[in-house]
Amino acid sequence: MTLILPRDGLSAHPPSLHPDYKSTVKRSPSRGLVIIPQTLSEITGPVYGHETVDAADSDLTRQHAGVPLGERIIIEGRVLDEDGRPVPNTLIEVWQANAAGRYVHVGDTHDAPLDPNFTGAGRFVTDAEGRYRFTSVKPGAYPWGNHPNAWRPAHIHFSLFGPSFLSRVVTQMYFPGDPLFPFDPIFNSVPDENARNRLIADFDLGITEPNWALGYRFDIVLRGRNQTPVEEPHDD
Amino acid sequence: MTESRKTSGLTPSQTVGPYFAYALTPSRYGRSEFATGDLRVPDLSGEPVVVEGRVLDADGAPIPDAMLEFWQPDAEGRFASPLDPRGRSNSAFKGFGRVETVEAGKFTLSTIKPGRVPGPNGALQAPHITLGVFARGMLNRLHTRIYFPDEPANAEDPILALVPEDRRHTLIARAIPGEAGRYRFDVHVQGADETVFFDA
Repeated sequence: MTLILPRDGLSAHPPSLHPDYKSTVKRSPSRGLVIIPQTLSEITGPVYGHETVDAADSDLTRQHAGVPLGERIIIEGRVLDEDGRPVPNTLIEVWQANAAGRYVHVGDTHDAPLDPNFTGAGRFVTDAEGRYRFTSVKPGAYPWGNHPNAWRPAHIHFSLFGPSFLSRVVTQMYFPGDPLFPFDPIFNSVPDENARNRLIADFDLGITEPNWALGYRFDIVLRGRNQTPVEEPHDD
Repeated sequence: MTESRKTSGLTPSQTVGPYFAYALTPSRYGRSEFATGDLRVPDLSGEPVVVEGRVLDADGAPIPDAMLEFWQPDAEGRFASPLDPRGRSNSAFKGFGRVETVEAGKFTLSTIKPGRVPGPNGALQAPHITLGVFARGMLNRLHTRIYFPDEPANAEDPILALVPEDRRHTLIARAIPGEAGRYRFDVHVQGADETVFFDA
């Protein structure tokens, strides 16, 4: 198998400078990026598998003595490449606020309660078909200082490796129907509407477990295509 | 299992935000880390090097909430990745590191000097460490490289050759005088001495 990384899908990503999200103004490059060929340094990447995780890492409601407050949710999905082929055995890391909209991070000073039974960090590995699944509670919206009365829509942060340095991505998953979408400059930094909507999970009654938890589906597409070469590749 | 309709096209990048540490670099929170700023493993061959530096914004102010990821081959230039067709080294060396900047935007990487890796047309590249930078205010990861000073191979490196000459120095760490094997590499996200970032 040979990994190739086309460039034509990259327009899905936001620009690094999006002035509505004020922190980008001083934290984005102002000179153009230098386009370089993909060498082994870019098309290889670290492999972290099952040795990196344990069962408690994929159930964020069972990491403490008691159960966290909030609406219990199950998130399930597949990690795919740009040809729709599964990305198996790849590490996913997630983190989120608790149901009250408060992060465990020492820098979060939002006046909302911490939950002694919720940390909000998880990690797990996709199976042979690229599937993942974890249990949590729905994170709350929270205020931030970007502009007057700014609130982030409820979201879960996702960090994925995939097979190469170039397939790596950090993103955020949102929940369907959130009234804060029109006002959030981070969500709206993605210029293409279809691409933006790919950040929103689908409610899924099939994943929902009776008398237990609401289910959402969030599929993720990473950069790259796995192709079996039909002939020996030539350097050109 | 039904397929989502949303699988045509890449999932867009979003910022790592300010609150990643308890998940991604969680030693301060009592959780185990699978990658740190110390890449060395027992019985590792190669020349030990330490790279220290800071991440700075457009005003030269430190960015105290960035995450850096490092990716490099071993001293023979082989990556611990199944996608390196030359096969894996026998060493337990992973070649991947991850740190958060905290006080004054500082970071330290302890590793070995990477070996040379083939580039376009099979020509060898100069030793380098691939670097990814994430932070609040960065909607995409920034991608750059750390090269080493006093390295004759820099003159023939095919990637450095693509960088305007007056900006190449932003990719080359500086030797710290009197401290063998210690280097300084600052990431200037924006500004007069802006680091060169790549699109590959």
